[in-house]
Amino acid sequence: MSFISYVIRGISLGSVYSIIALGYTMVYGIAKMLNFAHGDVIMIGGFIIFTIMSTMGLNPLIAVIVAIILCTLLGITIERIAYKPLRKAPSLAVLITAIGVSYFLQNFALLIFGADTKSFTSVINVPDLKLAGGNLTIAGETLVTIPLCIIIMIALTTFVKKSKTGRGMVAVSEDRDAAILMGVNVNRTIAITFAIGSALAAVASALMFSSYPSLSSASGAMPGIKAFVAAVFGGIGSIPGAMIGGILLGIIEILGRAYISSQLADAIVFFVLILVLLIKPTGILGKQIQEKV
Amino acid sequence: MKMKRMLGLFLVLCLTVASFAACGTKEDTGAQKSGDKFYIGAIGPLTGGAAVYGQHVKYGAEIAVKEINEAGGINGKQIELRYEDDEHDPEKSVNAYNNLKDWGMQILMGAVTSGPSVAVAEETKNDNMFQLTPSGSAPAVIQYDNAFQVCFTDPNQGAASAKYISDQNLASKVAVIYDGSDVYSSGIYEKFIEEAANTNLEIVAAEAFTADSKSDFSVQLQKAKDGGAELVFLPIYYQEATLILTQANGMGFDPIFFGCDGLDGILGVENFDPALAEDVMLLTPFAADAPDQKTQDFVDKFKELSGGDIPNQFGADAYDAIYIIKAAIEKAGVTPDMSISEIGDALKVAMTEITYDGLTGAGMTWAATGEVNKEPRAVIIKDGVYTLFE
Repeated sequence: MSFISYVIRGISLGSVYSIIALGYTMVYGIAKMLNFAHGDVIMIGGFIIFTIMSTMGLNPLIAVIVAIILCTLLGITIERIAYKPLRKAPSLAVLITAIGVSYFLQNFALLIFGADTKSFTSVINVPDLKLAGGNLTIAGETLVTIPLCIIIMIALTTFVKKSKTGRGMVAVSEDRDAAILMGVNVNRTIAITFAIGSALAAVASALMFSSYPSLSSASGAMPGIKAFVAAVFGGIGSIPGAMIGGILLGIIEILGRAYISSQLADAIVFFVLILVLLIKPTGILGKQIQEKV
Repeated sequence: MKMKRMLGLFLVLCLTVASFAACGTKEDTGAQKSGDKFYIGAIGPLTGGAAVYGQHVKYGAEIAVKEINEAGGINGKQIELRYEDDEHDPEKSVNAYNNLKDWGMQILMGAVTSGPSVAVAEETKNDNMFQLTPSGSAPAVIQYDNAFQVCFTDPNQGAASAKYISDQNLASKVAVIYDGSDVYSSGIYEKFIEEAANTNLEIVAAEAFTADSKSDFSVQLQKAKDGGAELVFLPIYYQEATLILTQANGMGFDPIFFGCDGLDGILGVENFDPALAEDVMLLTPFAADAPDQKTQDFVDKFKELSGGDIPNQFGADAYDAIYIIKAAIEKAGVTPDMSISEIGDALKVAMTEITYDGLTGAGMTWAATGEVNKEPRAVIIKDGVYTLFE
């Protein structure tokens, strides 16, 4: 019985990783850059929701919508200021810039919101599901997060495959120069990618902080890295892969903590990652892309 | 072009202002001190993440200094206190120390937090300056013979907790959740386990977490619950404790939660539901609602000075620290015209000879190592306030 309950907790934790990983993988898949600031956009989203809901006392739904709008604007602004001027620069330069943006956002939040940890009120008002006479509990947050993850995953896949903008994204990701020749506006496409990624970050922040209600300027960093691992695990660039990677990562982390060592849980997660990458370097659902010479 | 020139001008202006500002402080602190007063320096965070601790220390120390000065000082000599901000940053605390020395400091009360206290201890050792930290609890703070603590050394809180839980018969089956990546938490944990072996406590689960995975505590709580723990010992900081309490509540797990001074502050977390912290116990040397006259006088004066804040243990530690310095000075017969090193030598002997009754414990004595020996007390959270546990 306790095994099942650990698996359920693993899925809860994993669903949070999944929803963050979706944003990571989206941006990587299209813009071919690792947006290390993604976790910190989530943190900012958390503070926006917290401020609107707890300080101003408005409806959670309004808070989430405002957070989505503001995070989208933030994502576009970051892209415009920090990444767009480096479009022709080596990818290492962009990576370092992303780390810089991440630190900037953390310190900015520290300055504005202070260093005190804040307790986040859940935006989700769904009762916990009790099974097996109360021995198994599935949190209401998880009951919302998983379906929402699946909906977002399907919506994103459909958007990328079917819509004109989405196909433009695929074109940009596959061959940027050819896409320009075909009349795709690369800058606009990448900006839209960032907008979607950041909107997803706002949704992720609502779900993550509802499940784990401790909010401080560093709250986004570690989940961001774990979600990045989840995205690599599932095959970075693959939207369903991010979802699967996230859930698996959560389950491995919880089971590792429960049955091997609570101190070594993270080491176990990363060990499994190394194994997966050794056996299947592109991740679980990653596509093998041949470099054309 | 014009923009550039404007910018240049602006920068030059900034520099000029900055250099003037630097001049100002230099003149201020460079003054020679005469031997008519005791100059006590204090260091602690007034801004930044740990500001609440430093702020309380400042108020607590000011109250004690005012009381002593009004009552005629120490052996007829007044005390002058100067407080420098270190932002809970070891490097800045050393700067603060140097500023205070320029000002004429003879005795240091500080620093408030462990990291800066350790950094400053290196400096005080070189100068053989007497250092008494109100609340820097890491063992390294008192590694040299000139440094003493008012609070318990971290690991000793573990031993004191185990003894307290067992003596008070709070529980027999105990689980521990601690931060394996933090020296404060794992230090307390180790001493707790060590001491628990000498008591009737049975450790049913000892689960760690790390700084990198401190949001999901479901496994640790599940193990404590499966082990039948009646009490969960949390030698951690309050930030993580809020999550543990929230998640335990979600699981319907309701043991006694017992922590150390790291939990002090849990009620101050913005938007945290205090009902979740109901009946949480913590080992802390000071409870603001203790009925004795001494505590109540202090709380009243503290509220007046701070504009309504209830003092936490840091304020009380600092208040005691100033009186302990006074007791040691009187014992050693130190006078303000002695050199820093002479004062240091005299006080470190006197510290081992005095017995002090203060807000944070009765019959406090010190070993030559700098460790304090006092009876631990516990408070319990009732209706959202810390109440003395009896």
